[in-house]
Amino acid sequence: MAKTITNYFEELRGTRVWRSVFRSGTGSSPLHRALAVQQNVFLHLFSTKVRTRMLSFSTTWYLGTLTLGTFLILVGTGIPLMFYYHPSVPQAYADTKDLQFVVSSGLFLRNLHRWSAHAMVFLVFAHMFKVFYRGAYRPPREFNWVIGVILLLITLLLSYTGYLLPWDQLAFWAITVGSNIASAVPVMGNKVHFLMLGGNVVNANALLRFYVLHCMILPLVAILFVAIHFWRIRKDGGLYAHQSEPKTVAAQSVPAVTKGVPVQ
Amino acid sequence: MSDSKSDPKDFIAGMDSNARRSPTRVVFVTRRTSAQVKVADEDQVQTYPELLFRAVVAIEVLAIALVGMALLFNAPLEGIADPSHTPNPAKAPWYFLGLQEMLHYFPPVVAGVLVPGLVVMALIVIPYFNINIEAEGLFLKDRKRRVPIFYAAVAALCVFLLSFDVYVALGPTLIVAAFMLLAVQSSPHSTSAFRRGLAAKPLSFWIMTWFLFELTVLTAVGTFFRGPGWSWVLPWRS
Repeated sequence: MAKTITNYFEELRGTRVWRSVFRSGTGSSPLHRALAVQQNVFLHLFSTKVRTRMLSFSTTWYLGTLTLGTFLILVGTGIPLMFYYHPSVPQAYADTKDLQFVVSSGLFLRNLHRWSAHAMVFLVFAHMFKVFYRGAYRPPREFNWVIGVILLLITLLLSYTGYLLPWDQLAFWAITVGSNIASAVPVMGNKVHFLMLGGNVVNANALLRFYVLHCMILPLVAILFVAIHFWRIRKDGGLYAHQSEPKTVAAQSVPAVTKGVPVQ
Repeated sequence: MSDSKSDPKDFIAGMDSNARRSPTRVVFVTRRTSAQVKVADEDQVQTYPELLFRAVVAIEVLAIALVGMALLFNAPLEGIADPSHTPNPAKAPWYFLGLQEMLHYFPPVVAGVLVPGLVVMALIVIPYFNINIEAEGLFLKDRKRRVPIFYAAVAALCVFLLSFDVYVALGPTLIVAAFMLLAVQSSPHSTSAFRRGLAAKPLSFWIMTWFLFELTVLTAVGTFFRGPGWSWVLPWRS
């Protein structure tokens, strides 16, 4: 059965239409598999080969991958949520209520979006601490660590701006408490506070600002930095390999043809 | 690269980066430089399919877990926002409750601006300090100077926390300090592997572990143990 599916897939990869889209064409040789990564605009952010020990669960706990997973779920649930939502007062609250009680699967969408958002914040922190304790910030990976810190801040801002959107008591007062901290900035605290909210208190202007930031600007900035973050992994020589982690014996079966393919 | 049996006059050390003129060259790695040597015989696999399929499976497992959670637990939704009715306590999102807990003790400019700013700065500069790159055991070198500095730093931190009544943050500080004391007493020749490990831990490890511990404790206290007027409550008595 699995063999058949593989055959169908290989046949599909050989068709004229597929080849016009993906360029790498058919074939399961290491060369073709390398090309499948290298010739793809998204996958070419990654290297064509990775160290075997980087695949083991204990090395990374897949925390970076899982963070990407939560981000994809958030985009996937966030777009349909936008179809049912108006960023205005008091319509925003009514729309959220409708999602809860009227829209088909609206409750599920909102639940999944909310729990994924919490999971993403948690996973970003976990990823950072795991990278730190592995010592993976070492040169030449310094700047990728810095990009990671930027991504942590973007994640917090994404979650924070999204927190206001339901326009319920929980949202309103959480943003009030959080935004009051901005007033404590020396000299220009009140100006920062005003710029953030579009007013002196959390109101309809703040809701619109947070909506634009949450649904458009911050996701675009996040995607940009995630792309740089992934690309730098390849450019910096793959994931950091700690000396104390066991190396596996060189594979004997790798055909010589792979040697002609650029690894990085 | 030189054979010990050969006549030392067979070659002279020179500087050259021209591959055509001198095809065989020797790399001299001086201190503070890192040689990025690629291990030739390290086992590698293809990104497609090995890595990509694993990544997809990991994300699918996560998605199933989150879908399960979304089916079982509803996202909170309270009454419509009402600026004239302040809930008590008014809490920020959970990841900011560590900060909100600190606001309870320190003026807003310290807890809300200075501390988070310094934390972000500290995170950014980690990879740019050689002490974090070499990451040698904190008490392995220069003990006579470092041990008294460690005692003074812990004492100063405890006095500071006590003077602001931050008893919550005192616990993690003392626990980390106790492990550091054990590290002072340990060496790479200790009989237990745990103590050998402690002795090898660098300064950045201790600071980060203390930070992680404080972050967890302050966030947990702010989330579960604070009620009306930011007074102590027990989470199971609401």
